[in-house]
Amino acid sequence: MYAQMVKSEATQDDPEKLAAFQARIDRGEKIEPKDWMPEGYRKTLIRQIGQHAHSEIVGQLPEGNWITRAPTLERKAILLAKVQDEAGHGLYLYCAAETLGVSRDELTEMLLDGRMKYSSIFNYPTLNWADIGAVGWLVDGAAIMNQVPLQRTSFGPYSRAMIRVCKEESFHQRQGYDAIRKMAEGTPEQKKMAQDALNRLWFPSLMMFGPSDKDSVHSEQSMAWKIKMNTNDELRQKFVDQTVPQIEFLGLELPDPGIKWNEERGHYDYTDPDWSEFFDVIKGNGPCNTDRLAARNNAWKDGAWVRDGLLAHAQKKAARKHAAE
Amino acid sequence: MKNEWPLWEIFIRGQHGMSHRHVGSLHAPDAEMAIKNARDVYTRRNEGVSIWVVEANHIAASSPGDKGPLYEPSESKVYRHPTFFDIPEEVGAM
Ligand SMILES: [Fe+2]
Ligand SMILES: [Fe+2]
Repeated sequence: MYAQMVKSEATQDDPEKLAAFQARIDRGEKIEPKDWMPEGYRKTLIRQIGQHAHSEIVGQLPEGNWITRAPTLERKAILLAKVQDEAGHGLYLYCAAETLGVSRDELTEMLLDGRMKYSSIFNYPTLNWADIGAVGWLVDGAAIMNQVPLQRTSFGPYSRAMIRVCKEESFHQRQGYDAIRKMAEGTPEQKKMAQDALNRLWFPSLMMFGPSDKDSVHSEQSMAWKIKMNTNDELRQKFVDQTVPQIEFLGLELPDPGIKWNEERGHYDYTDPDWSEFFDVIKGNGPCNTDRLAARNNAWKDGAWVRDGLLAHAQKKAARKHAAE
Repeated sequence: MKNEWPLWEIFIRGQHGMSHRHVGSLHAPDAEMAIKNARDVYTRRNEGVSIWVVEANHIAASSPGDKGPLYEPSESKVYRHPTFFDIPEEVGAM
């Protein structure tokens, strides 16, 4: 997902305190920043929320790529608003992570030097306008699958951030579906572009949910702590079931010949993504990893004088005010 | 860290005459910028008509350990709630 393969930290705390903590979570109580919490809970959450925040921020790059080339002024305004929302999502999440005792700059630096990850999906390129439609529809659609249950997560600030995010997210998916629908119903060339975007982004979207449950080593503890609410395969299945009828409505072909309704299971069967590709992208070898990290590093470096200048100005103003009092 | 902008807590008053409500936080070099940033981060969909910003380190907060002494006393005072009293139906609305 936006936070994939988050390793849960082992915890070496007093067993009695641990049991009381788990009981609070089981009762559905929210854990707040000043409450006692196991070190493992704190560290796992910093990693998970941080990765989620980084994904929102890096996720602006593939879409930002098309703002100046949107086909109409209206589409441009919509995309701009969508990308601005993603910046907001990143900020809500960074603030939630900061309540756990990590600073914003530390989080940023860990992204920039590769110690922290962002979602694998943003290492794929957006080659044309159809991709922008497909990203809103599929990528935001997959993100929603994961974020809706996370509104109920045990950590208060994370839960509140997710509630804000979810309120804004369905606009993202709808504008994407609307854009790709225009193309699917357009000229034969446009329809072909829509099909091509769907075909290319389908498996990377499925990968967003992370490896299959049988290979997913960190789920159990996180699920007990309610910082992971569903298994990867559960969410992936839900996404496939929801998306297939949407593809059919567009009159596009299914991007995977393995998609078939399974009467017995009451779900669509589908082909698993190529997990070796997933692990390769995570390792840094996706088509855009280098570009994405370079863009973030440059933005951080190029913005340094603004950050420093504004802070110096604020300090000078405060000192002057202090002297006048 | 080195040169990090301070953290501000953001409070927004919505349209319908409610009190300002805490909505989240953000970093900004000073109060003026905090208000500008809060407008971008927290009012993109008409969420508010007024913004308060408070530097986070100026907020004093109760600690979770004080839960008992602070809130338990009110638990035993059920008579503070109107439903404690039985009012005969004949008396009418009260
Ligand atoms: Fe988002
Ligand atoms: Fe989104």
